[in-house]
Amino acid sequence: MNIPGKTERTGPVLFSGYKRGEAITKALSLSREDILFELKDSKLKGRGGAGFPTSTKWMLVAAAKGDKKYVICNADEGEPGTFKDRVLLMEYPELVFDGMVIAGYTMGASLGIVYLRGEYEYILKSLEDYLEEMRKDNLLGNNILGKGINFDIQIVLGSGAYVCGEETALIESLEGNRGEARNRPPYPVNTGFNGKPTSVNNVETFAAVCKIILNGGKWYCTFGTDKSTGSKLFSVSGDCEKPGVYELHWGAKISEVLDLVGAKHTKAVQVGGASGICIPKSQFNRTLAYEDASTGGSIIIFNESRNMIDVLKNFMEFFVEESCGQCTPCRIGNSKLLEGVELIEKGEFTFNYINKLKDLGRTMQVSAKCGLGQSSPNSFISILENFKDEVLNKSNGGRNGR
Amino acid sequence: MLTAEKNAMVEEIELLVAKYGKDRSALLSILHEIQKRYRYISEYAQQEVARMLDIHPVEVYSFISFFAFLNSEPKGRNLVRICKTISCDMVGKSAIVKTIERELGVEIGGTTKDNKFTVEYANCLGLCDQGPVMAINDRVYVKLTPEKAVKLLSEVK
Ligand SMILES: Cc1cc2nc3c(=O)[nH]c(=O)nc-3n(C[C@H](O)[C@H](O)[C@H](O)COP(=O)(O)O)c2cc1C
Ligand code: SF4
Repeated sequence: MNIPGKTERTGPVLFSGYKRGEAITKALSLSREDILFELKDSKLKGRGGAGFPTSTKWMLVAAAKGDKKYVICNADEGEPGTFKDRVLLMEYPELVFDGMVIAGYTMGASLGIVYLRGEYEYILKSLEDYLEEMRKDNLLGNNILGKGINFDIQIVLGSGAYVCGEETALIESLEGNRGEARNRPPYPVNTGFNGKPTSVNNVETFAAVCKIILNGGKWYCTFGTDKSTGSKLFSVSGDCEKPGVYELHWGAKISEVLDLVGAKHTKAVQVGGASGICIPKSQFNRTLAYEDASTGGSIIIFNESRNMIDVLKNFMEFFVEESCGQCTPCRIGNSKLLEGVELIEKGEFTFNYINKLKDLGRTMQVSAKCGLGQSSPNSFISILENFKDEVLNKSNGGRNGR
Repeated sequence: MLTAEKNAMVEEIELLVAKYGKDRSALLSILHEIQKRYRYISEYAQQEVARMLDIHPVEVYSFISFFAFLNSEPKGRNLVRICKTISCDMVGKSAIVKTIERELGVEIGGTTKDNKFTVEYANCLGLCDQGPVMAINDRVYVKLTPEKAVKLLSEVK
């Protein structure tokens, strides 16, 4: 395989050096309550996209009644333009797995499951070897570090369905059912895997937990903004000189990211992958943060030579394929939006119809059953609104957003 | 399928059930391994899995039909998947696809006459900073050029 090995990465929090077991040792010397307080102080929010406060989720699972509890690491990473979880798993497994052990201890779970997307099968072997080393070092298995804590981790491969990154669809597929999202509530914190209390967290969330336990919640808050504390990994791709994974403070401006990665003549930035929003030049001073342009980390850059309708078509085709088909707004809605894009492509649209489709998109945002159908209209609406001069009025693409 | 082959397969499925358990939650892992070994999950295999996990065969079929990586019909001996997501698209995925189609004499979605390759599109393979990207079976190849892609395919047995 010709994927470059561990490159020297530097960053404020995650890419700043860590020794296997450090955070586990520290965590096991703390009470569960202390860990939850530390997480609460850190104001850590989930890194999988939805941004739910991690301390709240863990507290709910810790408090839930159940003879068994589970910790699930969501490594399904299917959002177009996202690859930071792959980098964490390949280059920093110590942060991810130590974070899972801490989660198990804090919530009283004895099994952790890594749901690894099937596309990443080539890293399975190295991860399993790594877990074996942890077992040898008594960081995993029975009586961890002699503290009477039992916790083990198993890895399950997904089978190529984007929707299985949605936590309830993920759980359905783990249970041997089609990966169709469940109605929520009830939430996995009460009725998760096999009906037991379960915390599903993103790969990066577990990594952040290790650093918070080692250095404290207050320390973590010195990075980022007031509402978006800490750092974030961004997967940057598209038109730039230095694509790759970057660790930045939350609150970085889009224009700063563009400078950092050597992007020139940029006309648009897609923040949050296909289910995110497309930001025009006039808004490049917006910040990457939960309170502004929120994202699970995907940043795709388009320069002035790109045709935004091609971009939108690529995204809508993706959603038509990946919709699980369970609910009508998403199953039919995405097909209708794609048809609309094709009409625009052929120059056969009417403004009246396109406005109806935007309304349909807004209806999907509130009526689809899961996050896939709720967010798939985002790029449709934002591209048609922010790039209407190019897309609908056929003017010079370079003038967009000015 | 010959009886001997059938028996061998049943034995293998029994081993998988022993490894992953009889609970329905073993289904994803069991089917993944059968898929990997046989490149598809035959009707017979589906029935055997269903019998051992004590669920209806239709439920196994329904599960398979949901997932892109599980299939109930055989494909070519090697599966070639080219990422078509936007970042790979922008750095020349189409040229790779056209070249492969021409060299192998097959259209995307199809299987070569000698059954050696099935060529498909894939959604984001998570290597967006190193496109164009293609997977041959479970290995991935990055920063492709049309020439490099053809060379890689010619090295496949
Ligand atoms: C269609 C869809 C796909 C998703 N894919 C992922 C994913 O690949 N990884 C992930 O961590 N979260 C994904 N999520 C979000 C999860 O449902 C869930 O919110 C997350 O795993 C919770 O972890 P966190 O609190 O640590 O962010 C997805 C959501 C949707 C609706
Ligand atoms: S929104 Fe889409 S993916 Fe989600 S349940 Fe409905 S059809 Fe399935």
